[in-house]
Amino acid sequence: MLAATVRVTRDLDLAEEAVQDAYERALRTWPHDGVPERPAAWLVTVAKRTALNLLRRRRTLEAKLPLLVERGGEDEQGGDDDLFPDDRLRLIFVCCHPALGREAQVALTLRLVCGVATPDVAQAFLVSEPTMAARLTRAKRKIAAARIPFAVPAAEELPARLDAALAVIHLLYATGHTAPSGAALVRDELTSRALDLARMLVALLPREREAAGLLALLLVHEARRGTRTDEQGRFLRLAEQDRAAWDRALIAQADALIVAALQAGPPGRFALQAAIAALHAQAPSYEATDWPQILALYGELLRVWPSPVVALNRAVALGEVEGPEAALATVEALEADGRLAGYRYLHATKADLLQRLGRPAEAAVAYRAALELAGNAAEQEFLGERLRALT
Amino acid sequence: MARYAVLIFERVPPEELPPDVMRGHMELPDRIAERGGRVVAGLALEPEATATAIRGDVLTDGPFIETKEALGGIYILEARDLDHALALAGMTPIVDGGVEVRPLIDFVVVEAP
Repeated sequence: MLAATVRVTRDLDLAEEAVQDAYERALRTWPHDGVPERPAAWLVTVAKRTALNLLRRRRTLEAKLPLLVERGGEDEQGGDDDLFPDDRLRLIFVCCHPALGREAQVALTLRLVCGVATPDVAQAFLVSEPTMAARLTRAKRKIAAARIPFAVPAAEELPARLDAALAVIHLLYATGHTAPSGAALVRDELTSRALDLARMLVALLPREREAAGLLALLLVHEARRGTRTDEQGRFLRLAEQDRAAWDRALIAQADALIVAALQAGPPGRFALQAAIAALHAQAPSYEATDWPQILALYGELLRVWPSPVVALNRAVALGEVEGPEAALATVEALEADGRLAGYRYLHATKADLLQRLGRPAEAAVAYRAALELAGNAAEQEFLGERLRALT
Repeated sequence: MARYAVLIFERVPPEELPPDVMRGHMELPDRIAERGGRVVAGLALEPEATATAIRGDVLTDGPFIETKEALGGIYILEARDLDHALALAGMTPIVDGGVEVRPLIDFVVVEAP
């Protein structure tokens, strides 16, 4: 009987379920409906019908949510090429759905869109493998239980939903880029996966300027990535980086994307960030940077994205245009605001401005505050060196 | 169609709800139906002050969980998927608070024979 059902389903688990279901139904109905003439045939027919229904339901679910059915083995990389481009897009929007937490969005995107194996996803985010596996399972369960649709959002929802997807990709890149710690190999993998995803979104949604903006931003970061630290792995400031080593081809690619995005209408936050990064990348030297234009772009960015981190970056540009005094006033106002208290760059920026204003004792206090918050060895080393130079 | 419970959390007690909000609640099922969803059932709760909680064998006055936004009511919503459900539940009139959308494992009305 099981075999007869398996022939229909080609799935042992499913067949067992169906057969059991048929027996249960027999126990329920035979006592008052009477035993059928050919009980065995009755059971097989019922089991087959149940199995087909289960199978149909499962296939509908599979069609809707291919991500719930892991394709290929756990260690298979990039096994997503068999998906149609539109399916990849839908999958991204499922993984980056606002009903999921940011941590879950990022993990799901790496695992299911990029096909990165769970242990590698765990390593990238510095959590244990069981923790990451549990996080992925919880997220997948929510997708299934809450019926997060396997669909590209409707036009009116697209900007907000796309923004969430872009934020996830940006976070993926930033995680690899700023390297909280961990092996270089994992970090390179993250940055290249993020670039692939950004390229894919631009190819699939060619009219979305913010997707182009994100790709341009990542390309500029990528062009300068090798020069962010010296041979010893020490962190280098923008002014100290070897501009000759920046990848001009990547910067040109980014520039073309930015120009097209800016010409098409009012820019969003990713296009503006990319424009700022590109201005830095195109300047012949730190001193010859077009700071007034960068300051103007930061003003615009602060308008579309009122974040204290943006305000801090604008203060740095202000320092180059109007001098350290004006910048320090802004930074101190931000410090009083309190939202950036745990943000190391606030203290590092303040320290640098104080130093330029000839107030080394206060600068040292700020450097120490930044050091306490520094996330990785390269940054600690950099800040420690700045502190020692003061005292 | 999938089924969801929409939990309404509201700081304003039911007896103080403005008339237009009350009207909004009354009209909600029709508005949801116009947009392809369905309100299967709905229930409004008396204020939290009328609640009695039972923990083990201890009775206490008030709701089981004290929150700033009191659970004011629940309705069962049928929708195509979560996006549809969120769009529909988002039409719930709220003065000060919000709604929570929870997928249902099952929904059965138990009636005495």
